[in-house]
Amino acid sequence: MDLCDKSAFELAAMLRRREITSVELTQSVLSRIEQKEPIINAFITVTEETALKQAEAADRRFRSGKKVPSLNGIPIAIKDILCTKGITTTCGSAILQNYVPPYNATVVRKVLRSGAVIIGKTNMDEFAMGSSNENSAFGPARNPVNPQYVAGGSSGGSAAAVAAGEAVLALGSDTGGSIRLPSAFCGITGIKPTYGRVSRYGLVSYASSLDQVGVLGRSTRDCAMLLNVICGHDRMDSTSADAKKPDFLRSLDRGIEGIRVGLPREYFVEGIDSRVKETILAAVNLLAENGAHVIDISLPHTRYAVSAYYLVATAEASSNLARYDGVKYGLRTKTDFADSGQMYEKTRREGFGKEVKRRIMLGTFVLSAGYYEAYYKKAQQARTLVREDFEKAFESVDCMIAPVSPCLPFKLGEKISDPLQMYLVDIYTVSLNLAGLPGMSINCGWADGLPVGMQIIGKPFDEQTVLRVGHAYEMMAGKK
Amino acid sequence: MEFEPVIAFETHVELKTKTKLFCGCAVSFDAPPNTHICPVCTGQPGALPVLNKKAVQYTVRAGLALNCTINRKSRFARKNYFYPDLPKGYQISQYELPFCQDGYLEITTPDGSPYAVGIKRIHLEEDAGKLVHSSSSFESSEYSLVDFNRACVPLLEIVTDHERNPLRSPVEARAYLEKLIQVLRYLDISECAIEKGQFRCDVNVSVRPRGSKAFGNRAEIKNMASFKAIMDALGYEIERQSESLRSGRKIPQETRLFDEAKRITVPMRSKEDAPDYRYFPDPDLVDVELDLEFIERIKKTMPELPDQEAKRLTEEYGIPRSEVLILTRDKHVSNYFASCASQTRDRKKLSRWIIKELFKLLNASGIPIEKCPITPKNFSRLINLLSEGEVTDTMGRSILEEMFSEKVDPQSVVAKRGLKPIQSAKVLENLVDQVVKNNPDAVSKIRAGETKPINFLVGRVMQKTQGRADPKVVRDMIAKKFPSRQKSGKK
Repeated sequence: MDLCDKSAFELAAMLRRREITSVELTQSVLSRIEQKEPIINAFITVTEETALKQAEAADRRFRSGKKVPSLNGIPIAIKDILCTKGITTTCGSAILQNYVPPYNATVVRKVLRSGAVIIGKTNMDEFAMGSSNENSAFGPARNPVNPQYVAGGSSGGSAAAVAAGEAVLALGSDTGGSIRLPSAFCGITGIKPTYGRVSRYGLVSYASSLDQVGVLGRSTRDCAMLLNVICGHDRMDSTSADAKKPDFLRSLDRGIEGIRVGLPREYFVEGIDSRVKETILAAVNLLAENGAHVIDISLPHTRYAVSAYYLVATAEASSNLARYDGVKYGLRTKTDFADSGQMYEKTRREGFGKEVKRRIMLGTFVLSAGYYEAYYKKAQQARTLVREDFEKAFESVDCMIAPVSPCLPFKLGEKISDPLQMYLVDIYTVSLNLAGLPGMSINCGWADGLPVGMQIIGKPFDEQTVLRVGHAYEMMAGKK
Repeated sequence: MEFEPVIAFETHVELKTKTKLFCGCAVSFDAPPNTHICPVCTGQPGALPVLNKKAVQYTVRAGLALNCTINRKSRFARKNYFYPDLPKGYQISQYELPFCQDGYLEITTPDGSPYAVGIKRIHLEEDAGKLVHSSSSFESSEYSLVDFNRACVPLLEIVTDHERNPLRSPVEARAYLEKLIQVLRYLDISECAIEKGQFRCDVNVSVRPRGSKAFGNRAEIKNMASFKAIMDALGYEIERQSESLRSGRKIPQETRLFDEAKRITVPMRSKEDAPDYRYFPDPDLVDVELDLEFIERIKKTMPELPDQEAKRLTEEYGIPRSEVLILTRDKHVSNYFASCASQTRDRKKLSRWIIKELFKLLNASGIPIEKCPITPKNFSRLINLLSEGEVTDTMGRSILEEMFSEKVDPQSVVAKRGLKPIQSAKVLENLVDQVVKNNPDAVSKIRAGETKPINFLVGRVMQKTQGRADPKVVRDMIAKKFPSRQKSGKK
């Protein structure tokens, strides 16, 4: 096992004991990148030089004998949707291929303050719109488990990097499942925290009311380490919650004796691949054998979730993406234009990919006079119903378990020509974004050589229970 | 047929907060281009807005002054459209749930009666940047540059009601705008300098047969950069629409532009071409809930409004109504008066001297009162010297001039010039005797019953004393010398 394959928790301890240096670790990650990238394509930008400098600085901090911050010297990959000062931030789009932000996202600032080494910016579906990473202007990230398969999206690069040892930890973002799905497909762990738990300042907006920054790692514990760093109120983000910030590492080992686990019945019906269903139910059995009470629950409005999601998300996206007009930054068409209107048209036609255009047009329609009430308003009402479903169900359970995806990872090109099929991949993840709930994907087994992800859903601001259950499962299943 | 207009204003007022509406950049009107900008106000990807509390306070202050209902819950919405000066491709404005609605502003109509102009709503929004064209217009320019200093500056949009107590004539429209500026300046929330773009109006005009209840199709007129432009546009548009109706043509609902050079309005776009702004609640901001305490605190710290002040000046100080209107027309004048009033007893004299004497000097030199070289303290001293009889009015005027040009206090002028008034009756008596003796013509005319020569004699005495005598005293002395005149002569 190379250094780059170890868990962040173990590596942090080794670094602290000065058994290894951050430079050694970073070099291990960089050489893995060199070896794997031609196939995996997890990164859009690798910041080799600054990474080594940051690693040296981390080592100096260790040598100084002073107290070092929690992630000192740990290489971390950042999804290319988070602004990094001085480092190109493309959002997987041609329209931002040359965009260098003048500022750091709040989470990037926090990660740097924690002593972590930023290894590069990861591949993603353009503006986080996609479930397979095939919508990247920089080519798809491939699944390290089997490169013929998609890595999942939209944080496919972050998931693939962690799975392939091209990073120890990664930051991602999740608007409708974009952390959980690729984590499931690549067989790693990923958490989307409660909406408002992590600052969105510097996270390039796709759908503001659904977007949330989260973490990807090789274990629940690794994720908890990174979550500890990035959580917290930020006055630069009006939607950031002023909630108490627990130490997520401390509650991990409390076990699951007596914990009430809900199984939403609507998540195990038609449309789900039986291999996925069987694998998850086996994992649930294991939890039950170890003291969890498994309770059958209902989320009756689940069937509206995907529609509501695509209406709300595209409406917000159509407005959020209006700023890419070629005036201030990013791509401007190289062809001639007669006036500013034509400049906009050409720039946006050349700069945006097919799926992004599809969603901008859908969202523009949804918000148009005469349709607003029928679509956007309705979708918001459905959203309220979905949220209320969860509120009610959480009166009798502490957390829920569900599939992450109805299917196993699929091959590149398999669904790309059928957007509706692709949208249905998100069927089990979007509800959490609509309701603002925390959710984690952990690997719960394999089927036909492909990983199966299990989703643990928590009450608002109760990531602790989610992490506790995830960690307990990993322990009893003998993982990590 | 007689037609009457219905006029409604949408007025945009730049608030004078220290920082912008959604970021920490300074609000500055004359800084070099793009020196007060940041990721938020230039619409960088990922940047998010955070609401300026002061701007909300100012909005509520305006709402209270305009007798509005203050909504306990209000909401920001995105107004989506593309324009190079709009960095995000949308403007953060308000749609449903503005901060204030359903108020009124009382104006005085030409016949002197009060009229409560209906205010429909007041909302808060961000300003856009400013385009600087390489040529005179956007269309003819080779290139245009964008200055984002103004982007995200807080704007108050004040909309008058076209149904409930609308404005019914250009004269009322003018009175409304003047009163609005006066009130906003009193509230100390905007400078309202039209020439700096701090007070901008769009106006909706329709006409209908006099007495009709139904409304005609309205034209919205944009692009008026001065008071005169607004009044000209209104006058032209009312005439144009009335003429159309008289000749049996229909008036389309449309947006028109005021042509600055030709002083007319020209079509800009029809109702069918009106943009769909696709308003929706801004998901980057949360609903603003105002608690009663917040509103109460603003109520308690509301500055005195012009009408209240005018009432007080009339009732407490006995200042004539005509002067009160002048004193309260401009907050700066009112401030100057207030600073002096606390240091003088004779407020009537104070008012008269500000309006008659100080204004004369200010106007002649083109200096606004807020930059007056005479401090309120020194001005008050002069008024006190006058009311104590230490200096005469004539001397006072001359002292004032020197105070104005030399920025000195009145006492030092008095001391320097030896301008002590002649108090001694004996000295004056001598001077009067001399003048009477040296002007036999005048004396005989007075004896013959003429009054004018008395003034002449007074003038001679004042000349001899270089204004150091009190003309009233002198007049009395002269009059006494001609007892026959005393019965009918005026004092």
